[in-house]
Amino acid sequence: MKCKGLRDDTVSVVIGGEAGQGISRSGELLGKALMRCGFHCYGTMDYPSLIRGGHNFYQLRASSRPVYSQTPYADVLIALNRESVGLHLGSMNAGGGVIHDERDALEEGLGRDRGINLYPVPLTDIVKELGGPDIMRNTVALGAASALIGLDAGTLKQVVAETFEGREKIIKMNEDAIQRGYTYVAGQDYGFGCCLESGERPRGQWLTGNDAIALGAMAAGCKFYSAYPMTPASPLLHYFASHDKAGGTVAIQTESEIAAAMMAIGASYAGIRSMTGTSGGGFSLMTESLSLAAMSETPLVVMLGQRPGPSTGLATYSAQGDLLFAVYGAHGEFQRIVVAPGDVDECFYLAAEAFNLAERFQIPVILLTDKTLVESNQTTDAFDLSRVSIDRGKLVESWEGPGEYLRYRDDEDGVSPRAFPGAEGILVPANSNEHLENGLSTSSSEAVAKMVDKRFRKAQHIRAAVEGLQPIRVYGDKRPRVTLVGWGGTKGPALEALGMLRDDGVKARFVQVVFMEPFPGGLEKYLKGTCVLFEDNRSAQLGTLIRLNTGYAFKHVGLRYDGRPFNPGEIRDRVLEVLG
Amino acid sequence: MSLTMKDLDTGATNTWCPGCGNFAILMTVKQALIQLGLNPSQVVAVSGIGCHGKTTDYLKVNTFHVIHGRVLPAATAIKLANHGLTVLGFAGDGDAFNIGMGHFPHAARRNVNMAYIVHDNLIYGLTTGQASPTSRQGLVTKTTPRGSAEPGVNPLTQSLTGGATFVARTFAGEAKHMTEVLKRAITHRGFAVVDVLQPCVTFNRVNTYEFYKQRVRKLEEEGHDEGDFEAAYRRAQEWGDVIPIGVFYVEERPTYEDGFPALAGGPLVGQPLSRDLSGLMAEFK
Ligand SMILES: Cc1ncc(C[n+]2csc(CCOP(=O)(O)OP(=O)(O)O)c2C)c(N)n1
Ligand code: SF4
Repeated sequence: MKCKGLRDDTVSVVIGGEAGQGISRSGELLGKALMRCGFHCYGTMDYPSLIRGGHNFYQLRASSRPVYSQTPYADVLIALNRESVGLHLGSMNAGGGVIHDERDALEEGLGRDRGINLYPVPLTDIVKELGGPDIMRNTVALGAASALIGLDAGTLKQVVAETFEGREKIIKMNEDAIQRGYTYVAGQDYGFGCCLESGERPRGQWLTGNDAIALGAMAAGCKFYSAYPMTPASPLLHYFASHDKAGGTVAIQTESEIAAAMMAIGASYAGIRSMTGTSGGGFSLMTESLSLAAMSETPLVVMLGQRPGPSTGLATYSAQGDLLFAVYGAHGEFQRIVVAPGDVDECFYLAAEAFNLAERFQIPVILLTDKTLVESNQTTDAFDLSRVSIDRGKLVESWEGPGEYLRYRDDEDGVSPRAFPGAEGILVPANSNEHLENGLSTSSSEAVAKMVDKRFRKAQHIRAAVEGLQPIRVYGDKRPRVTLVGWGGTKGPALEALGMLRDDGVKARFVQVVFMEPFPGGLEKYLKGTCVLFEDNRSAQLGTLIRLNTGYAFKHVGLRYDGRPFNPGEIRDRVLEVLG
Repeated sequence: MSLTMKDLDTGATNTWCPGCGNFAILMTVKQALIQLGLNPSQVVAVSGIGCHGKTTDYLKVNTFHVIHGRVLPAATAIKLANHGLTVLGFAGDGDAFNIGMGHFPHAARRNVNMAYIVHDNLIYGLTTGQASPTSRQGLVTKTTPRGSAEPGVNPLTQSLTGGATFVARTFAGEAKHMTEVLKRAITHRGFAVVDVLQPCVTFNRVNTYEFYKQRVRKLEEEGHDEGDFEAAYRRAQEWGDVIPIGVFYVEERPTYEDGFPALAGGPLVGQPLSRDLSGLMAEFK
């Protein structure tokens, strides 16, 4: 199919309004419909920490080529309130269209100087006529937007109907709402933009980083998720809670993050794959437990979704300010893995792998993400489940000896045989105190040093495992004039910036650091010529890690620390500025 | 072959002070396990940090010696992961009612199916004699040189209002009483709290064996109705010339594990890891 847009390849739709108007849901539904039509989509929500009121907007980009990030520009604005028009008109592309409620009676000719057309639609009146709830205005507006961008209303109706499965009356009402909006705008075509060509087949799936992490955990056999609500990790808890039957899982909303981490540890000790998730504030509360997981050698997977701090900071925005905290946080010296996926695919595959790493090495594994990554939707190919394997490491179900079962046996590779309570003839100890091979507490100098060494001998094996997982990923030109370096949620905008730089005639590459701890070897070979580091923080924390591990100090950085993710254009501009 | 006391001994050198009430608790826990005919490999003991916490070094079952105050969340999850296991929590009064207090009413209202044994010595033992949340007003400790100004936490009323379905108190100087109470707590289906009056012979010179011997009265000898919440609450507040011990309250209520559909088919730990994800993935198509 074809879809109309201002440029030949991408259309950007912004849905703006107040909290409580169903904005994020509308954006997700529109994205799903466009995905079904073969477009690559990216959608992200910008919202303050409010339940009613405030300004919220969802930006959806659909394109015939992959899109990985937000931009500040919109071709179509769905303004669910007047305020949105004022806030977004200035960043609309010339030739764009504004869908708004007729009742908002916008000033005649607003934006016309920039070729912007207004499409007043009687959103409220249509909803009233249909006898629907006020929130259905957004459904009418989606129908109108479909007409404007040339999306077939049938696909949208189908997607909306699926969300109301079985509730025929509501489905019918929503279908009517879409049709009314569609017809209203289709009849007043002001010649919006030009045509956008989509792919041949529907894209595989449309989901957030949180969704992908949940699926990755499910694929890995995670059966227990304990967490305390905190943005941006809450959707993971919601997912596990609403899929406990289908997934055969236990989801618990705990009394605190301390309880969340301790429950995940308890479940893991008892033999099931478990996980917890939080943001920086909750992770602070978990650090004592993290250290317990390390000492007791209990596998633990923690999803740490970053948002701006310190303290409550900007609860619903994005940041990358907890990198060093994730790598170093918690008392005592111990081995851990910190892995930072940069897109939904990596969220899925690395979440699944996190469980193998945690169990093979009996250590904590931190999946370090950020709000932009885990709460934004992306299209991608359906996950390939054959790429997920389950490796539980050194498990024993019975004990042949010699002697009694030694939970902390001083094995060559530092990894001791693990058993679960309940196994006949084996008693399983776990101890937060330093201990002997049999798990009993000790303070003997010799025994202590031996046990510390045992745990540290895992290091080389952990490193080898990490090196096998492409801990550094490189994109773009093989002989670049400039190298961009970044991690996590900056991957998307950086990749799009590469394309823009190519159009500018600048050969560039992007080096993504995926594993932060243990820090992968071999990064030096990419740090040649002009390099620019991009991070969503004020102190260039990846830069600190790189300097510590390689000695390389960045001369050029691009840092953003206002809670918003980078736009590709910003990255491109900064690179051009550096190149002079 | 039946289990003996020796079978439940890890062989670790015991470091409790001679005369400490913890010895009696350890001994009666072992007796209770033996008398109940439990298999040690089906029992998990979770302990906190403090003198009481060493229980897991001395009791030969599956053990998890966690961190200070965190017995309950760990034990809750162990029970959910494998509800075939018998789960025992051992905590100190500081462990349970200061640093770990945030977990207590939640384990109680959830009715986690476990026994929670509080070694209540009304003092901090391991950190050498500071005040504890159960220290009585006026107790002189290292941190309360003029006597504690704070009224103590009452573990029993906290348990009752929290929603525990088995609430008991016993005394480390009454081994037989303790064994009987522990047996009932361990077999109770739901969250069973046992507050054990445990003399700390080194740091608490007020609440001694003698002190308790003169005061404890057995509820079971006084015609107490275990099903009567109000009576339980009234008796739980007594602390003076008479200190009641025994089972204050028992209630039948669905346990935490009863509420999870995933556990209906048997313990979570026994279920296969790989599952068909096609239904879950279809939501995103
Ligand atoms: C987070 C933390 N804070 C403080 C301590 C130090 N600490 C160890 S045991 C203890 C209190 C012990 O009192 P209680 O729980 O009543 O146990 P008891 O020793 O009397 O059995 C404290 C404060 C600790 N281990 N962890
Ligand atoms: S200090 Fe008190 S509680 Fe600790 S072992 Fe000694 S007597 Fe027992």
